[in-house]
Amino acid sequence: MSDDAPFGPDRHITLAGPLALDGGGVLAPVNFAYETYGTLNADASNAILLCHALTGDQYVASDHPVTGKPGWWTRMVGPGKPIDTDRYFVVCPNVIGSCMGSSGPASLAEDGKPYGMRFPVITIRDMVRAQAMLLDHLGIDRLYAVVGGSMGGMQVVSWAATYPTRVASAVIIASTARHSAQNIAFHEVGRQAIMADPNWRGGDYYADGKGPDAGLAVARMAAHITYLSEQGLTEKFGRRLQNRDAKTFGFDADFQVESYLRHQGLSFTDRFDANSYLYITRAMDYFDLAEEHGGHLANAFRGSATRFCLVSFDTDWLYPTTDSRNIVHALNASGAPVSFVELSAPFGHDSFLLDVPDLNRVVDGFLKAGGQ
Amino acid sequence: MTALRPDLAIIAREVAAGTRVLDVGCGDGALMAALRDEKQVDARGMELDSANVAECVARGLSVIQGDANIDLADYPEGAFDYAILSQTLQTTMRPDLVMEQLLRVGRKAFVSFPNFAHWRVRLSLLWGGRMPVTRLLPIAWYETPNIHHVTVDDFRALVRDQGIKVEGAWFLSGDKLTSAAAANFRAEHAVFLLSRS
Repeated sequence: MSDDAPFGPDRHITLAGPLALDGGGVLAPVNFAYETYGTLNADASNAILLCHALTGDQYVASDHPVTGKPGWWTRMVGPGKPIDTDRYFVVCPNVIGSCMGSSGPASLAEDGKPYGMRFPVITIRDMVRAQAMLLDHLGIDRLYAVVGGSMGGMQVVSWAATYPTRVASAVIIASTARHSAQNIAFHEVGRQAIMADPNWRGGDYYADGKGPDAGLAVARMAAHITYLSEQGLTEKFGRRLQNRDAKTFGFDADFQVESYLRHQGLSFTDRFDANSYLYITRAMDYFDLAEEHGGHLANAFRGSATRFCLVSFDTDWLYPTTDSRNIVHALNASGAPVSFVELSAPFGHDSFLLDVPDLNRVVDGFLKAGGQ
Repeated sequence: MTALRPDLAIIAREVAAGTRVLDVGCGDGALMAALRDEKQVDARGMELDSANVAECVARGLSVIQGDANIDLADYPEGAFDYAILSQTLQTTMRPDLVMEQLLRVGRKAFVSFPNFAHWRVRLSLLWGGRMPVTRLLPIAWYETPNIHHVTVDDFRALVRDQGIKVEGAWFLSGDKLTSAAAANFRAEHAVFLLSRS
């Protein structure tokens, strides 16, 4: 397979666009980095679009090029897995605004310099429209399913509302149709940490390779707490000390939980661009699907022929079960076929990425039934 | 496929083909699967227990985790041809309100329940002086989910008071149908088909 073949791992394509944005501007051209797994069948009816989360990327089931770690959803995606690559053709694009190869603030603008803060503010729907543009290019009209957790789930609901005839089945895990005040508040803490770092310099830090790492690390630390549960933190760390027998009466990372968070923050700066963090969190904060449909979420799904499956987790306080239920109520009101379950798992919001056997069973059964 | 529970078999037989059905308290989805596979019914389910919901979704059924006491209110009026409540009425907080909701979201409703006036139950209470533990009511009073025990006659009185029409009634003793005469005494189990008209 030649390196510019459309399907396979680590693909890159630049499309002319223009992509009209919710904020009024346009993006052109549009770069896409994506991976595909499995084989597209003759009538292109077995394609599943995977939507990744805030700091996720296209490396769903292959090793990450920077960290060397396995893909972020190998539990779910692969031969014989619920999203079975022997059966389905799986596409996962890096979202626009991100930093793993799709157009984002670190991409070069027309003048040959990185966009920085000149990159337009984007929305979840802009990400979705960009994905539709990529699928058009790949010759995929109707999707067997769109699947995503967290911000990926927001893209899935936005897909179902924006392109109802292109989505046969939708799987929305640990997600929401609107960002709450609390969600926005946590994101704002992260953004302020980045922008308060003197190395941020108005987003224009690409030239000398010294970015706002300290600010980005703090943003990641704060966010990381929201991805876990109190129970999970207590079980994993409790009040245990880090490689020492007694408190130091100083400000080193005495506690294991401090050491863990510092590590999470620092390692994050190796693989993620601070400006991308600003842009993507902004897109999530702006997300309110009902607002796009006259204030009534049910209007977003009126006449929809899509089958929906929603899953929430009992320890997820970032996108709690009530967020999923709001979507379920709107879908019931619009008569769409919908399944919903709150699963019990100790891992908080991150449960969707971790070992929750019932999640695999539910996704597996729901997807298979879509082919009947 | 294993045989359906007798009350569900009656409901499965009586539901018209090609209709829209909401099964409230659908358990593991046995009735929904039968209706879908044998009668091309567009079946939706509601179930409180998450393990049961996961089981249903894994079988390819459209089921939401929900509570009949609360979540029926979210469905639009007349969304279904039938709303089904099998062996669940006696576990609800306000059976009368649940009945109203069933006939709001469904044009017709099937309701099945264990008859607390069956002779075995009566004898058990009369001679034992203790809350009955029988084949159909196998759980002791302090841990049973059945918080509103009901008899066939109680149920008939409730639907009369609510202005609900009985379109059909079936009574079971064991797995066998028994006559409507003296059903309040002889039926272990009752299935009613109701409508608003």
